[in-house]
Amino acid sequence: MIQFIKSGDTLEKNLCGVKQMKIGEICRILDAKVLCGQELMDTEVSSACGSDMMSDVLAFVKNHAILLTGLLNPQTVRTAMMMDMKCIIFVRGKTPDESMVSLAQDNGIVMMTTDFRMYTACGLLYNAGLYTSGSDKV
Amino acid sequence: MAINMRYVVDGSDFTTAGEASTAVKMKLKKLGIAPDIVRRVAIAMYEAEINMVIHAGGGVAEVELESDKIIIKLIDHGKGIADVDLAMREGYSTAPDAVRNLGFGAGMGLPNIKKYSDEMHIDTEVGKGTTVTIIINLQ
Repeated sequence: MIQFIKSGDTLEKNLCGVKQMKIGEICRILDAKVLCGQELMDTEVSSACGSDMMSDVLAFVKNHAILLTGLLNPQTVRTAMMMDMKCIIFVRGKTPDESMVSLAQDNGIVMMTTDFRMYTACGLLYNAGLYTSGSDKV
Repeated sequence: MAINMRYVVDGSDFTTAGEASTAVKMKLKKLGIAPDIVRRVAIAMYEAEINMVIHAGGGVAEVELESDKIIIKLIDHGKGIADVDLAMREGYSTAPDAVRNLGFGAGMGLPNIKKYSDEMHIDTEVGKGTTVTIIINLQ
C-alpha cells in the first residue's frame, strides 16, 4: 500500500491524527494466533510499542497501546499491566508458557503470537494506520 | 486518615517481582484514585521493586496514602549504591547479563522512577542498604 503525502504537508503533519484500530483487526493483519482474550477483539487501541527491553517500555509508552515483543517472561505481562496495555503480541512465533497466559487472562490482557519478525510486524501495523499522534520523537 | 500498606518483597525469585506493585495498583484503583496517578505510582514502584530484587535480595515496600499525596518507601539491606549520581544516569547499570536477558538492567530504572514521581529521595550506605522514597502528589 502506498500512502501519498499531499503537497504542503510536512511529514510531521502527516503523522498527526490517530486512527483507532480494533485488536481483532491487528490479529488479522499479523495473521496471529490468539492465546487469551478472544472476547476482547473489539477493544480499540491507538498506539503500539515494539521492544524487548521492558525498562524502555515503562519509560516511553503512551495510552491505549499494544506491546510487540520477543521477550518471554512474566515481567512482560507485569509491565503491560503497569502500563494499562490492552494487548501483548509475541513476534517470531514465540509462545509463552501457561502461567504467563493465565496472568494475562486474569488481568484482561489479550495475548497473541505471530510468526512475523519484529520489524515486519511493526511495519505492517504502521502501514495499516496504527501510529502515534503527532511527533513520536522522544 | 492515612491508609498504610506494607509488603515483603521476595528477593529470591525474579519471576514474582512486581507483585507488591500490582497489589498497590489494584488497591489504589479500588480506592478511586485517578488512573494517571495510579499508573505513575505503579510504574515508579515497579521499577524500584525490580531494582530491589536485582540488586539487594529483596526488602520491604511501605506505601502511605495521605489526603494530598502517596509516599512509597522501598527499604532494603543490600549492598548500597556507591555513586548515586552515576546510578541516576540513563544507561548506567551494574545489573548482571542474566537480568538483561529478562528485559531489565538497561540503566533506566532510577531515571524512570524520577520521571514518574514528584519527589524522589535515595538514602543509601555502602554495605548497609538503600531506602528509595517516592512521593507522588494527588493533585
